[in-house]
Amino acid sequence: MTTATLPVYTKKDFQTDQEIRWCPGCGDYAILSAVQSVFPELGIPREKFVIISGIGCSSRFPYYMNTFGFHTIHGRAPAVATGLKVARPDLEVWVVTGDGDSLSIGGNHTIHMLRRNVGLKVMMFNNRIYGLTKGQYSPTSEIGKKTKSTPYGTADRPFNPISLAIGAEATFVARSVDVFQQHLKDTLRKAAAHKGSAYVEILQNCNIFNDHAWESLTEKDARSEHVLQLEDGKPMIFGKNHDKGIRLNGFELEVVQLGNGITEKDLLVHDERHPRPSYAFLLAHMEQRPGFPTPIGVLRAWEDVPRYEDVISEQIREVQENCGKGDLGKLLGAGDTWEVRA
Amino acid sequence: MSTILVGPPQRKRETLEQAVIRFCGDSGDGMQITGSQFTNTTALYGNDLATLPDFPAEIRAPAGTLPGVSGFQVQFSSSDVYTPGDTVDALIAMNPAALKMNLPDLKPNGILILNLDDFGETDLRKAQMTSNPLEDHSLDGYRLFPTELTKLTRAALKDLGLDNKSVDRCKNFFALGMCYWLYNRSLDTSMRWIEEKFRSKPALVMANRLAMQAGYSYCEATEAFQITYEIPPAKLSPGVYRNISGNSALAMGFVAASQKAGLPLFLGSYPITPASDILHELSGYKNFGVITFQAEDEIAAITSAIGAAYAGAIGLTTTSGPGMALKTEAMGLAVAVELPLVICDIQRGGPSTGLPTKTEQADLLQAMFGRNSEAPIPILAPATPGDCFWIALEATRIAIKYMVPVIVLSDGYLANGAEPWKIPDLSQLPEIPVKFEKNPENFRPYRRNPETLARPWAIPGTPGLEHRIGGLEKQDVTGNVNYEPLNHERMVRLRAEKVAGIVQDVPDVLPAGDSSGDLLIVAWGSTYGPVTAAVNAQREEGHRIGHVHLRHLNPLPKNLGQILGRYDRVLVPEMNMGQLLMILRAKYLVDAIGYNKIQGKPFKQSEIERKIEEMLE
Repeated sequence: MTTATLPVYTKKDFQTDQEIRWCPGCGDYAILSAVQSVFPELGIPREKFVIISGIGCSSRFPYYMNTFGFHTIHGRAPAVATGLKVARPDLEVWVVTGDGDSLSIGGNHTIHMLRRNVGLKVMMFNNRIYGLTKGQYSPTSEIGKKTKSTPYGTADRPFNPISLAIGAEATFVARSVDVFQQHLKDTLRKAAAHKGSAYVEILQNCNIFNDHAWESLTEKDARSEHVLQLEDGKPMIFGKNHDKGIRLNGFELEVVQLGNGITEKDLLVHDERHPRPSYAFLLAHMEQRPGFPTPIGVLRAWEDVPRYEDVISEQIREVQENCGKGDLGKLLGAGDTWEVRA
Repeated sequence: MSTILVGPPQRKRETLEQAVIRFCGDSGDGMQITGSQFTNTTALYGNDLATLPDFPAEIRAPAGTLPGVSGFQVQFSSSDVYTPGDTVDALIAMNPAALKMNLPDLKPNGILILNLDDFGETDLRKAQMTSNPLEDHSLDGYRLFPTELTKLTRAALKDLGLDNKSVDRCKNFFALGMCYWLYNRSLDTSMRWIEEKFRSKPALVMANRLAMQAGYSYCEATEAFQITYEIPPAKLSPGVYRNISGNSALAMGFVAASQKAGLPLFLGSYPITPASDILHELSGYKNFGVITFQAEDEIAAITSAIGAAYAGAIGLTTTSGPGMALKTEAMGLAVAVELPLVICDIQRGGPSTGLPTKTEQADLLQAMFGRNSEAPIPILAPATPGDCFWIALEATRIAIKYMVPVIVLSDGYLANGAEPWKIPDLSQLPEIPVKFEKNPENFRPYRRNPETLARPWAIPGTPGLEHRIGGLEKQDVTGNVNYEPLNHERMVRLRAEKVAGIVQDVPDVLPAGDSSGDLLIVAWGSTYGPVTAAVNAQREEGHRIGHVHLRHLNPLPKNLGQILGRYDRVLVPEMNMGQLLMILRAKYLVDAIGYNKIQGKPFKQSEIERKIEEMLE
C-alpha cells in the first residue's frame, strides 16, 4: 500500500475496547498514550503493526492497542518476534517487555535479537521491581533493596540495561521516561525510523510496589540537575541554569562547571552515530558515578549494519537466482537411483 | 598385480537369500562412511536392505579404546528386509577394541576380517585384552581372515607421495574393496562417490580409489577367500528407488508439504543429536524458499517457529528429548493460541542427556502429557525411514486443517537408519489446502469451523482483522481475555474435542497377519521392522497372530478398541518401560502385556519371537 491511499489515522484508531487493567497511577498509561499518539504518524497501514509481548504488567500492552497483537510467554517475545519478522519482513513489529521479562528470564533472547540486528523495536519498561508477581526485586533493582523476597536486602548487583544492550552489539539504544511525554514520543519516533533492532529503555514508575523509583529524575526541581538530555550534534549541558557540562578527559568523562574559562566549546558534543560502541558505553556508565547526571535520549544509532531478515531474504533470493527455484520432482529423485521393472 | 599367478584361482560362488555385514573400528576409522558406501552400492544393485549405524556420543574417544568403537551394520536381501539383522555373517573389525565389542554378534563360523597391523601389545592393552585373540584360540569358531590392512594400503599408495597419516586413513576403503569382492559388488558407485566427495583434493581421490581397488584385487589375487557370495536383487514393487534415511525423509517431506501448501517453510532449531541432520539438510533448500533459523536455544527455536506460524508460514521445530523438555511451555502456548506448528522429536536414550546417539521410544508420555494443565496435542509416529516423508506431510496437513501444534515422534534408529525408498510420483502427494481469513465482516478470532473446530488463521497484514491473541484464557468466539469459570471449562473441552475430532482423518487399523486369533501385537515407531519380521516368522510356525502398527498415537484410530477384542492376548513391545501399554490399558481396559527393551538398541527379531513363543506356550 502506498502512503497516498493510507487512511488518516488518529490516536483513537489505535485504542481498543478492552478494559485497561493496570493499577490507577501506573506509568504504563503514559507510555500507552505516547505510543497511541506516535503510531498514527508513522505512515504505516494499521494492519501492518504487530505488537509482541512476554509476561508481566508491561506485556498486557498488546490488548490495549488496536493492531495485531500477541501476548506470548515469559521472556520469549524477542524470539517469537524474530520468527515473525524473518517470515514477514513487511510487518512493523514492536516488542513490549519489562526489566524482569527482558533481562531475567528473557535475557538470552534479548542479547541474541540485538546482535542479529532483527528489525524489531523494543520498549523495555524498567520499573526496577516485579509488579505482577507483587513485589520481588528485579535484575535492575538497586543493590541492598528490601523487597518481599529480600527482607534483608538484595545481594545482586543490578544490570544497566543500556550498557547490556550496547554490549550485545545493539545498533540503536535509547532511554526515555514515562512522564516525559514529548521526549518519549520523540524517542519512539526515532526508534521507529531505525532499520535494525532498536532498544528503548523506558523508566517507568510502579506506584504500588516501587513508587518514587525514578523520583530523582522526574521530580520537577531535581530533574534538570540529574538528567542529561542527549541531542545529536549538541554539547552535553545540564543543570537548572544550563551551567554544567560533560567534558572528555583522556578516556574519562568529567562534570565541569561552565565559566572561569570553560565554555561550551570544551564540552563533549554528542554523536549518536559514533561507529564505536565504546563511546556509547562511556555515556551509559556515567550515571553510576557520584555527581553525574543520567543521560536520556538516543545513545547510539548506528545504521551501517544490515537487518537480519534482509540478509536471510537476500540469501534465498541469491540461491534462487543462481540455481533456479526448487523443483520438488528433482529433489525427491536426486542422488543415486535405480529402477525396478515390472 | 602379481605376475606369479597364471590365472584366477578357482573359487566357489554361493547364492544366498540374505546377508548381514558389520563394519566396526575406531571412531576415526571412517566406519560410518564405509557402511554407507556398502549400503548405497547394495541398494543400487537392487537388494532390499536395512541399516543400523551405531556410534559413540564422543567425537573422538581415545583411539583404540572400547568407548571409541563405531559400527555400521547392514542386512541386504533378495526378499523383504525389515531389520538390520540380529546376528552378523561377516564382521570387519579394524582393531582389538572393535573386535571385543562386536564379536558376540558374529554367527558361529561367520567371516571375520581383522586388521592384523593393529593387534600389537599396546592395541590389546587399550582394548583391555589380556591375551592375543589371534593366538589364544578364542577365534577358532570363525572363518578368520587376518589381513595386514595398514601395510597393504601403504604398499598400494606408496607412489602417491602422501604422508603416512593420510595413507592410513584410506585403509577403510581397502576393507570396503575386500567386501565388494566378497559379495560380488561393483566398485562403480563408490568410485563416483569418492570423486565427488574429494573433488577439491585430487590426491585423496586417487588415494581412496586406489585403496579400494587394491582391496578388491587383493582378494582376487590371493586365495584368502574360497567362497564368494551372491545375493540377487529383491523383487521390490516396480518403480524408481533411492536409498533414504529417516532424517533425510523428514526434511524432504517438509519441503514437499511447503510446496503442496504453497507456504514458505520456517524451521527454528537448535542443534541436538540425533535431530541436527534435519536442520543441516533443510538449510540447503533455500532454492525452495526454506527459512532455517539456528536459534540461541531450544525455547527460541520453538517460539520463533510459533512467530512464523502466526505470520502465515509453516512453522517447524526439530529436536530430541532434552529439547522437548525445554519446549514444553511454548507447546502449551501453541495449544492456547491455536496456531499450526509441527514439533519433531527424534527420540534418544534418557533421562537427561542420557544416551545421545542411541535410540529409545520413551518420550511418548512426555508428548502426550508433558505440559501444564490440559493441553492435548496430536501425535504421529513414522514406522520406517521412508515413512518419515509421509508423516511430515500428514503432520503439516493436520496442523493447518485443525489449527493445532502436532508432534512427530521419530527416533535415533529411524533417523540414521536407511532403506530403499520408492520415489513417489508428485501426483501421489496429499493436498494441503490453506485458507487465510480475509473477511473483516463479523470476524471473530475464535469462531470455529463446525466440522474441524479450527479457528480462522488470520495473519498480520490483513486489513480489518487486527486482533489480539495470547496465552491467557480466551473467551469462546471473541478470543478476548476471560477468566470466567464456565468459559474456561468450555474452552478446555473445546480444545480437547478438537484434537479428539482429528480421528475423522485417522484411517481405521487393519491388522497385518491374522485378523483375529491367539495374539495381537500393538506397536509404534521404529519397532515396525523387527515386529513385522517376527510376526511373519511365527505365523509360519502356525500361530495366529495379528500386528497393528500405530502411526497415529493421538487420537488413536476409531476401531482400535474393537480390534483389541478379537485376540486372546495383546502384546505391546516398546523401547521404553511400557508407555503405549499404559495408554492402551487406561483407554481400553485391556489386559495387554508389555515387552520392554531399554538398551539404546532396537529390538532383534529373535527377541520378539521368543516373547511371542513364551506368550503362546
